[in-house]
Amino acid sequence: MAADPHDFDVSMATGIGWSSRRLREGLVRRVLMAAALLSVATTIGIVVALAVPTVQFFTRVSPVEFLTGTEWTPLFASPHFGVLPLVTATAVTTFWALLVALPLGLGCAAYLSEYAGRRTRKIFKPLLEILAGVPTVVYGFFALTFLTPLLRDIWILPGKGPQIYNALSAGLVMGIMIIPTVASLSEDAMSAVPDDLRAGARALGSTARQVTTRVTIPAALSGIIAATMLAVSRAVGETMIVAVAAGGTANLSLDPTEPMQTMTAFIAAAALGDQPTGSIGYQTLFAVGSLLFVITLIMNIVSIRLVRRYREVYE
Amino acid sequence: MSDADEPMADPSHELADQDRPAAAEAPPLAGRIPRATGRTVPDAPEEIVINVADVAIYYGSFCAVGGLTVQFGRREITALIGPSGCGKSTALRAFNRMNDLIPGARLTGSVSYRGQDLYGPRVDPITVRRRIGMVFQKPNPFPKSIYDNVAYGPRVTGMKVPNMDDVVEEALTSAALWDEVKDKLRQHAFGLSGGQQQRLCIARTIAVRPDVVLMDEPCSALDPISTAKIEYMMTELADEYTIIIVTHNMQQAARISDRTAFFTTEVDDATGRRSGLMVEFDRTAKIFSTPSDQRTEDYISGKFG
Repeated sequence: MAADPHDFDVSMATGIGWSSRRLREGLVRRVLMAAALLSVATTIGIVVALAVPTVQFFTRVSPVEFLTGTEWTPLFASPHFGVLPLVTATAVTTFWALLVALPLGLGCAAYLSEYAGRRTRKIFKPLLEILAGVPTVVYGFFALTFLTPLLRDIWILPGKGPQIYNALSAGLVMGIMIIPTVASLSEDAMSAVPDDLRAGARALGSTARQVTTRVTIPAALSGIIAATMLAVSRAVGETMIVAVAAGGTANLSLDPTEPMQTMTAFIAAAALGDQPTGSIGYQTLFAVGSLLFVITLIMNIVSIRLVRRYREVYE
Repeated sequence: MSDADEPMADPSHELADQDRPAAAEAPPLAGRIPRATGRTVPDAPEEIVINVADVAIYYGSFCAVGGLTVQFGRREITALIGPSGCGKSTALRAFNRMNDLIPGARLTGSVSYRGQDLYGPRVDPITVRRRIGMVFQKPNPFPKSIYDNVAYGPRVTGMKVPNMDDVVEEALTSAALWDEVKDKLRQHAFGLSGGQQQRLCIARTIAVRPDVVLMDEPCSALDPISTAKIEYMMTELADEYTIIIVTHNMQQAARISDRTAFFTTEVDDATGRRSGLMVEFDRTAKIFSTPSDQRTEDYISGKFG
């Protein structure tokens, strides 16, 4: 007769193995929880570290002057604390960056996801991600020493053309820098759209272009918005390119051929100088930092809302 | 037109209009005479819409299905049946050139649509698909509103429509969905049940007023009640459209189709690969009572498959 398959020790308490396993599981759980808590604690710490000098700053400068003033000379003998020139500079460089990154990035994503063959995609995507790995200071140098001279040479529009330091080449190169972000994330979103939908649209007599514009992109809109918002965040927060190529003078202007100083570039420049702790110059850094933080926070909240609103769930 | 076709064609148009609201209130599913037995199907189609002669379809060097010779008659329902892997879906996709989208797919033999070579050098596959629509196995509504799903086809094809609302209502009515969704046309299509989604896909297909509707196992993902609704709707649609349906379900083929093509699989002795083959094409009544090929009979009687 064959051995009875149920003929083994059915006792559930197995002694030593059990308690040591429980100990190890508990340890792993605690280590992982500590990792999670640490990142939350760090964020809170940064907010507090930003907030304290910022509050001190606003006891000396009125928030109204800060947010509506048009002159930014915080380190001068007779200082002005109007942050608008820095904000507009950030907006201008971000605008030009998006003007480059959105069409090229989305075009690239649409090509890879809808038109390119499997092989092309396999070669192209890693190449694209290499572009994302180039240090931004290299991009900044590229803007200053290559793009700006080129723009000055080929300038045909009215006006004097770009100055040595200008927002335009900083913005354009920043756009090139964020193309991979937009392209890669949008491509992921578009590839995630089920082929069933493409087949359905094709069977109704859609061209490849109609499938892309009327089915794939709307269906992937949530991911494309997320990619765009991440691109905006990167452009707003980008420091090296604008510090190197856009110049160091606060300048309230929308003309991208002029030099301007963004919020990030100001922080970088001022932090390099020696600002005694507790001085107004020191506190200014934190005030601008807080403003940057608030702007990106609002953008993230908006982006989460948008992403939820347009999310499609497929089986 | 013969007298066999006459009673189906003309009065049915009037009938349909009076019938439909009532049909939606209480689907007259029970007691409906199966189409195959309820009418006389002529020996050969009166008017051939798609003529398939000696077609084989390859993926690269692999022959997916061969021996295709079928005539699809106007306003008839033709079923393609057979075991898994017999190439019936591949064959179906050849009739509106959906196979063109698969790299390496090619076709030998001739498929003609109303006398024109469907694979002729000057034929645009986009135009072909506008005339010959397709419904898929899994409901695949677009992530848009119910209304926009139906309006999609007319919009992309640039159809001249005096009033899109009418087009949408008409298509949804023909697909027996109007009464269920008329108050929520702007709602998202994903909120519908599987059966409703499939009827929406059918409405979307007929909104472009195709000549032929191809259906690839349209009920295989649905429950029996949804299946019954769609089957009934197909028999109604056959008053206007030529329908070709791939089905796994022999009872379904027997219930709704006028003609049936039976496919089987066959192993290539040299390569050991399994490919599809069309065995027999005839009136459904004949296929299910006195098939002329032994393989058909074995399949019908449940000896394999």
